[in-house]
Amino acid sequence: MKIAICVKAVPEAAAPRRIDPQSKRLDRSGELTLNPFDVYAVEEGLRQRHAAGGGEVVVVSMGPERAAEALRRALALGADRAVLVSDDALAGSDILATSRVLAKALEREQPDLILLGQQGEESVGAVLWAALAERLRLPCVSQAAELTIAGGMATVERQTEFGYDTIGAPLPAVIAVSDAINQPRYPSLKGIMAAKSKPLERLTLAELGLDANEVGEAGSRTTVRALGEPSKRGGARIVEDGDGVRAILDFLVERSLV
Amino acid sequence: MKALVFLEHHQGALQRDSLGVLGLAARLGATDAVLAGEGVRDLAAEAAAHGAATVLVTEDAAFAAPLPQPRVELIAKLVEECGYDSVVLANTVLSADVAAGLAARLEAGLNWDLTGLRLDGDELVGERPALQDSVLVDVGWSGTPRIALIRTGSCEPKRRDGESAVENVAVELPEHALAARMVEQAHAKAEGPKLEEADVIVAGGRGLGTAEGFELCEELAAALGGAVAATRAVVDAGWYAYSAQVGQTGKTVAPKLYIAAGISGAIQHKVGMQGSGTIVAINRDRHAPIFEFCDLGVVGDVQDVLPRLTELVRQRRNGG
Repeated sequence: MKIAICVKAVPEAAAPRRIDPQSKRLDRSGELTLNPFDVYAVEEGLRQRHAAGGGEVVVVSMGPERAAEALRRALALGADRAVLVSDDALAGSDILATSRVLAKALEREQPDLILLGQQGEESVGAVLWAALAERLRLPCVSQAAELTIAGGMATVERQTEFGYDTIGAPLPAVIAVSDAINQPRYPSLKGIMAAKSKPLERLTLAELGLDANEVGEAGSRTTVRALGEPSKRGGARIVEDGDGVRAILDFLVERSLV
Repeated sequence: MKALVFLEHHQGALQRDSLGVLGLAARLGATDAVLAGEGVRDLAAEAAAHGAATVLVTEDAAFAAPLPQPRVELIAKLVEECGYDSVVLANTVLSADVAAGLAARLEAGLNWDLTGLRLDGDELVGERPALQDSVLVDVGWSGTPRIALIRTGSCEPKRRDGESAVENVAVELPEHALAARMVEQAHAKAEGPKLEEADVIVAGGRGLGTAEGFELCEELAAALGGAVAATRAVVDAGWYAYSAQVGQTGKTVAPKLYIAAGISGAIQHKVGMQGSGTIVAINRDRHAPIFEFCDLGVVGDVQDVLPRLTELVRQRRNGG
């Protein structure tokens, strides 16, 4: 079974996040890491490869050259190879442009199963899977908390506002997994060493048959107009040192909550 | 603006968020609504009473299950044939997938997690909180159609008077749109305590480490006279009952005191508890988003903090 996993390199969680006042977009200039939610998709891909008794796991990403390090982490976890679509023209791509690029990259791969992770709220990937499935004309199931592959069918257990659904879809299919689906492994030292020699292919727009005006801001249909400042919940008191337990009790007493 | 609102329904009732979104769109301009399923025709009157000029109804067994892809086909056809310039949906599990599929199908701009929508001349402007809601960003669309997903809980439904029409619509579905099948819909997992009425809630997340970690939450909740809640991740992992889940796909609660133990504070959880009077957060990770919207945050291990806090609360209650 061939499994493709769409991943994204995002700024380190510990890095202070800011919006670039010029572009009005999230500043992504610092260190990049594998989106923590994508790690669940990578883990699921590795488990499904194992369950199928073999096959190939390829991670596919769109991003700057700096994103290569994040892809190396997916390789260190056990993915077989990586594909990075990188081009200066891609900056500022919205979900429409991003799905156009990734759909082209996935068409080259022809996988049996396409996995995505649930994304952070500021990510262009937040609902990317459904757009990708539409472009590829494949069935799509999101929020997967359990995935079973058998007889060319994917069976997904997933949670919605009303309870749990069980949904079946024939392969190839696009499945977006939730962070409840598994407990991801950590890369082993052996895995990290092996990742250095695993294939990491760079693709340009031209190699995907796309023009610069189909991607980036030119190929997007959403804009960021202005930044404002909403009222924030009154500055939290954070206790890092000392007796946090006593601090909580005192706080509850002060507010007559205990 | 000529808008189309997608209405979600469950067990014979239109969803509150869909009706709220319908009211929001109707305040901005001519708005129709689309309703698809089996036996949904009777819901059209309710949609009309919330601002739909015309309610477009599709009665079709292919729409019986709440799956997105048939709905993408239906709405795409309506947009192309009736010339809607905007499609507005509530940001639910189903509608988010419908909206993204529709964006790709119509090559239309999609803005999501919006908490407001307004017109600036002819331009539609969406309001989106960013960076853990610390900044409000105005977003727009270039060209039409424009697709907007509105954060659940952002708009209250309002009944209004007015004439409205009901029309039947149908669509042919391509193979890929019918490929995913519902095997079993909305089966609940084990039931638990009532959360909405509790004054105090002690909520646990992945940081508890194991299902057994919830005993620490239960003991603190008992000492405070409160109830126990859980995040989606731990409910899905089977650590706690679905009925105790707070968040986007769970319950929305607003107790006087909400203690978040080992919860990172993802947006999916936040929308279910941000209305709480006082929020106390305990988390090992100083950078956890929960520290951005709590009143008191303690950086520490819940395994250590919870038992000691329970003990102090008990002592105080016993006059110690």
